[in-house]
Amino acid sequence: MAIVPNGPVLALRGISKRFGAVQALTDIHLEVHAGEVVALVGDNGAGKSTLVKSIAGVGPADEGVIEWQGKPVQVTRPHDAQELGIATVYQDLALCDNIDVVGNLFLGREILRAGVLDEVEMERRSRELLQTLSIRIPSVRIPIASLSGGQRQTVAIARSMLGEPKLVILDEPTAALGVEQTAQVLDLVERLRDRGLAVILISHNMADVKAVADRVAVLRLGRNNGIFDVKTTSQEEIISAITGATDNAVTRRKARSGEVAK
Amino acid sequence: MTTNVDKTNGGPSNGANKASGPADANPVAKDAVTVVDPRLLVRQEGFKGYLTEFGRKMRSGDLGVVPVIVGIAIIWAVFQAKDSAFLSPKNLSDLSILLGGTGMISVGIVFVLLLGEIDLSVGSVSGLAAATLAVLNVNHGVPEGIAVIAALASGAALGAVHGFFFAKIGVPAFVVTLAGLLAWNGLMLQVLGTTGTISIADDSFVRDLTAHYFSQLIAAYGAATVATAGFFLAQFLDSRRRKAVGIPSRPLSEILVRTGVLAVIVYAAAWRLNEYKGLPLALVIFVAVLVILDFVVRRTSYGRKVIALGGSVEAARRAGINVVAIRISVYSLAGLMAAFGGIMIASRIGSASQQAGTGNLLMEAIAAAVIGGTSLFGGRGSVWSALLGMLVIGSISSGMNLLGVANSVQYMITGGVLLAAVVIDSVSRRTQRSAGRG
Ligand SMILES: Nc1ncnc2c1ncn2[C@@H]1O[C@H](COP(=O)(O)OP(=O)(O)OP(=O)(O)O)[C@@H](O)[C@H]1O
Ligand SMILES: [Mg+2]
Repeated sequence: MAIVPNGPVLALRGISKRFGAVQALTDIHLEVHAGEVVALVGDNGAGKSTLVKSIAGVGPADEGVIEWQGKPVQVTRPHDAQELGIATVYQDLALCDNIDVVGNLFLGREILRAGVLDEVEMERRSRELLQTLSIRIPSVRIPIASLSGGQRQTVAIARSMLGEPKLVILDEPTAALGVEQTAQVLDLVERLRDRGLAVILISHNMADVKAVADRVAVLRLGRNNGIFDVKTTSQEEIISAITGATDNAVTRRKARSGEVAK
Repeated sequence: MTTNVDKTNGGPSNGANKASGPADANPVAKDAVTVVDPRLLVRQEGFKGYLTEFGRKMRSGDLGVVPVIVGIAIIWAVFQAKDSAFLSPKNLSDLSILLGGTGMISVGIVFVLLLGEIDLSVGSVSGLAAATLAVLNVNHGVPEGIAVIAALASGAALGAVHGFFFAKIGVPAFVVTLAGLLAWNGLMLQVLGTTGTISIADDSFVRDLTAHYFSQLIAAYGAATVATAGFFLAQFLDSRRRKAVGIPSRPLSEILVRTGVLAVIVYAAAWRLNEYKGLPLALVIFVAVLVILDFVVRRTSYGRKVIALGGSVEAARRAGINVVAIRISVYSLAGLMAAFGGIMIASRIGSASQQAGTGNLLMEAIAAAVIGGTSLFGGRGSVWSALLGMLVIGSISSGMNLLGVANSVQYMITGGVLLAAVVIDSVSRRTQRSAGRG
């Protein structure tokens, strides 16, 4: 296991983001340490993907500070995030349908040999990578368009493993996967943690979250709604934080009577 | 790309296709010797496999260059039957020179189409470049070389202007380049001024671009030999390297067949050209540009980025590709190639005139790229489609001129061919979709 520094790899301080009339994120705080899996959960539309995109430089936040290894950084382009060592698997995958698997895996960081694309080396490494991830696809030379949804997802995950990231963000990586592949992705997440990487895992599946995450950060309607230690928190508590009932009885009663009043 | 998968099947290096170990419940994968996905249609060894693979590709809409090649064969057969002068050395030689002008413009269009965009200004840009060259050189006595460079630079700059408005400001490319079409045509008329037509001296270097022939027999045959040997070597070395690291490679038999086909074509061309005045310089320039830019598209990360943008702009952006820079550069390249084409056309005609870059030049340049197999939908195509498409268009117009068919009919027929090409493009896209390759 790699040496884990004390401070968080990534710290979000007061991230806010709005889309026109929608305040998608309000004052979000989050810390992720090396060798830690943080699950990010919340209902549909809670702002999870928006938060991911602001970290990845795809849709930069309006306000707030992103700290990387203790220093504030500007992440305004996807390139900035890549430079830092942030690899992201997006919910909508973001692969080029017309390019083959190898080309997609290495898109934006092609291996060159004397200034020319080294297709042989890229293909070799792709096969190697897909093999270590036990990913099964018909051929690495067919366009992404001819893969099934789950196969695409595995390619997108494999893509994030290239290039030695320090933080891997997986936005619902197992949504399209079968039982076996889901298990493999969860294994993979654990392997990443054991290698000392930081992982942010977004999932709606509580069983998955409980299985691999160390901490769970809940988003609700674009705000922080608690951070829980997985070992000491019951599934019910997390679920009530997601759905809005908070974890103490008084506020829960208040919320209930509020609902009744409506 | 066709690869021969079965050679390495079962080998330890065949990782990507390997079944996922004991947890895998697939009975076929378990008991069979192969560890590939059992549903994958694996190509058989040797030439027969090549044919079945070919047939399967055709049915799934992956037509490649087949429709164009068939089209060219039919066109040539029809015209040759009507008039035996069609395949005469002189006519073929003239045709090969004719290709270079519009073809050069079409190469730029291929890049723009790969992006999934369009450039309507290339005709006007080519006319303006020719006018710039002629005015600088003939009217102001600027040395030819400098005038040519200035003309090319003006094309690249104008293209960059289109690219800037499209990529940075967000104006639809169609509108920006339509504005360019009009504006640059106006500027050309302004530059030419009252002179109207400016003749280029017969003994000039610019004239030589399309008037010079390498008349020694060895030139054409030598070029054919270099092309064949280069092709074979590139394929052979690639295949050997693939074999060395244990990934699927093209079998030698297939490389030999491909090289053989190429050899027949280039030696036949060399023979025909030598029957007339020899290897035209214009053809050498055009093919050299094609080879270089094809290399750029297929083998450099720049080309990969262009194709990625044609597939999905958002995916490309998230992969860290500088979308604005790539778009501007592609439009700049289209402008550069348009200027190059304009110079070649002026060279062939022997003058820059008010008609330069107008008429059906733009249509022909776009049509050639599409007829040659570059998709209008972006992300799919090849630089060579400029040559193939121009062969179709050039053959039709040359044949009809021989037969004395009126321009009006020629336009209608070229229009029909373009429509056919677009239909093939759309249908093959749909079939590819349903065959999962789109
Ligand atoms: N590009 C956009 N333009 C406008 N509004 C957006 C945009 N992207 C997201 N939103 C809004 O921001 C809010 C958060 O969306 P987000 O995609 O982050 O949710 P999520 O937590 O990822 O949900 P899910 O679990 O369904 O993936 C939603 O209300 C959504 O409508
Ligand atoms: Mg989401």
